[in-house]
Amino acid sequence: MKRNDLLELAGRNLRESLLRSSLTTLGIAVGVASLVAMLSLGVGLQNLANGRLERSGLFNTVMVLSARAFGPSNRAEQRNNPADVRVLDEAARQEIARLPNILEVYPELRFPTEARYNDRQRFTTVSGLPPSARDSDAFDGMQGHFFSGPKAEEAVLQADFAKQLADSPGTLIGREITLRYAEQGALAAGKDSGPPSPSVAGQAGDPWGFSVVRREIKLRITGITESEPGGALRGPARAGIFIPLQLAEELRPVQSLNMLDAMRSPTAASTYQALVVRLSNPKAVRAAEDAIKRLGFRTFSLLDVTQNLRRFFAVLDLFLGMFGSLALAVASLGIINTLVMAILERRREIGVMKALGASDSDVKRLFFAEAGAMGFVGGLAGVALGWAIGRVINFGTNIYLRRQELPAETIWTVPWWLVVGAIAFAILVSLASGLYPAARAAKLDPVKALRYE
Amino acid sequence: MLSAQNDGLAIHAEGVCRYYTMGPAEIRAVEGVTLDVPAGQFLALLGSSGSGKSTFLNLLAGLDRPTAGTILVHGKDLARMSPLELAFHRRQTVGMVFQAFNLIPKMTLEENVELPLRFAEVERRERQSRVREVLERVGLSGRLTHRPGELSGGEQQRGALARALVNRPSILLADEPTGNLDSRTSDEILQLIREINRSSGATVVMVTHDRALAECFAQRVVTISDGKLVSNGSVA
Repeated sequence: MKRNDLLELAGRNLRESLLRSSLTTLGIAVGVASLVAMLSLGVGLQNLANGRLERSGLFNTVMVLSARAFGPSNRAEQRNNPADVRVLDEAARQEIARLPNILEVYPELRFPTEARYNDRQRFTTVSGLPPSARDSDAFDGMQGHFFSGPKAEEAVLQADFAKQLADSPGTLIGREITLRYAEQGALAAGKDSGPPSPSVAGQAGDPWGFSVVRREIKLRITGITESEPGGALRGPARAGIFIPLQLAEELRPVQSLNMLDAMRSPTAASTYQALVVRLSNPKAVRAAEDAIKRLGFRTFSLLDVTQNLRRFFAVLDLFLGMFGSLALAVASLGIINTLVMAILERRREIGVMKALGASDSDVKRLFFAEAGAMGFVGGLAGVALGWAIGRVINFGTNIYLRRQELPAETIWTVPWWLVVGAIAFAILVSLASGLYPAARAAKLDPVKALRYE
Repeated sequence: MLSAQNDGLAIHAEGVCRYYTMGPAEIRAVEGVTLDVPAGQFLALLGSSGSGKSTFLNLLAGLDRPTAGTILVHGKDLARMSPLELAFHRRQTVGMVFQAFNLIPKMTLEENVELPLRFAEVERRERQSRVREVLERVGLSGRLTHRPGELSGGEQQRGALARALVNRPSILLADEPTGNLDSRTSDEILQLIREINRSSGATVVMVTHDRALAECFAQRVVTISDGKLVSNGSVA
């Protein structure tokens, strides 16, 4: 029998026993809805956690250091000749940026400063932030706002540091703060033309190096934030003032690595203390780290933490899926029951079909098609029901969150693969449930079936 | 219309036995039946209830297999056929009519008659024309959309006859086709079967317990009793 005829007959048979078919299909729908609801919760929670982590910048960030940077001296690369070790310069930055899954690579620019506001003076660290830091969760709920532009002469203060400058930190927003810092200047060409400030000069006959010049800049305070983006990577050395990265680069502040630059070849380009590599997702961290290490640099990330988190969600999804499948397993018993009952009721009809020339295979396929059709319709209805349950729970959860003065969240997420997978799984379970009834129908003796009243 | 087999034998049965075991007892439903049916003949298989005539008809239809003996239909041994080949035999070579009509109640008359064409994988367009043609032939062209419950007994049996003929078989097997009908309707049905036999040359094997009807319509009447052929019949 042709496939179209098979489906047409199967549909007709299901319509003829509409109540029973509908109840069985509803059973499958409830099973699929339970599966979809459970897995959607797992996926939603995972997305929520991943989103939070990604926004924190901790788990999709790799810090890249030169192999010869200050650090433990027993590393293999440290034992090499410093001349053989790659430096972290602009060429390296470009090379790393070309690796896959990399969103951006920017220099880690931090320098000490003396901040002055009214009559108060405090030492702290200034950190340059790229425009993308605006989306970091560190700035959620900040007072004021982020920098207005990549070169804006503006600053965001860390809340604890702001308290040191003013008793009411909120009053600082919109005011000016003065930063005094050490600028990396060109080396004096002669004794008379050099800058008046203290300078570091090269040895006689090797006059390469730089001068250190004290500078001041006035910045407008635009906001105050509790935490620093990616602050957990930096331990206690957190910054008190944040300024736009491009502005920080233009200030040419002296950093510790510049001392090493001074000792290198006069023809060498300037290097970065560290590069921050931001990836498209935490899963890409390992591959990126490996690739960067192959380029000859040292890396640091919170990879192990993300791996543990992924493992936790994989186990959670597995358990949620198993619990969700229980309802579908019960529904599959309903399919078997419905089809076995149908065989008993349609015994004579099966005998007639065989007398008219239906093969065992035709009869088997007809019952299979009926099981598959119930699975397909049940799967569709189940996905819709699961989605609706998710929407209702999302809605309810957000009402609760709003009452707690917390931002709304999407806890329930139904991804497309879950929709397709759940329908396919429902059809698969239904076909498996139809195996026994279909085989039983196909083996029915037509002579006995025709005699059956 | 029907494919005629006017030369040679349509059916050759030799020493056909069909035994059943029921608990410790062995039921000998058909025992050593030898019978030749020439192509195009209208044969009546006469016997009382439980004589084994329907069992023998089921063996000819390929719905059952003999315990022993040979059944050749157009030279092909049914006992040697695979289940799939037997299904093909039932679909293409024979058409069956039953005492209880056996139309499927949830289908319309048109759908019932169309069913064997679906199994034979005939194209939809051709199916429609063949169904209408055969229903017109049995006088039911106005009843296409009626369900069996909405038809009289005679109409149902004519519908069953149309269903048996729609695949253009060379052999029509009728198991007590008038058993559930009044005498006037019985006559009408048998006249229709005889007309089909004559016009298309199809071989007809009809099982009945009604000697008068058998002798009136069939060309040859054979009698079966306790599973054995007791009279090989004479050609009318």
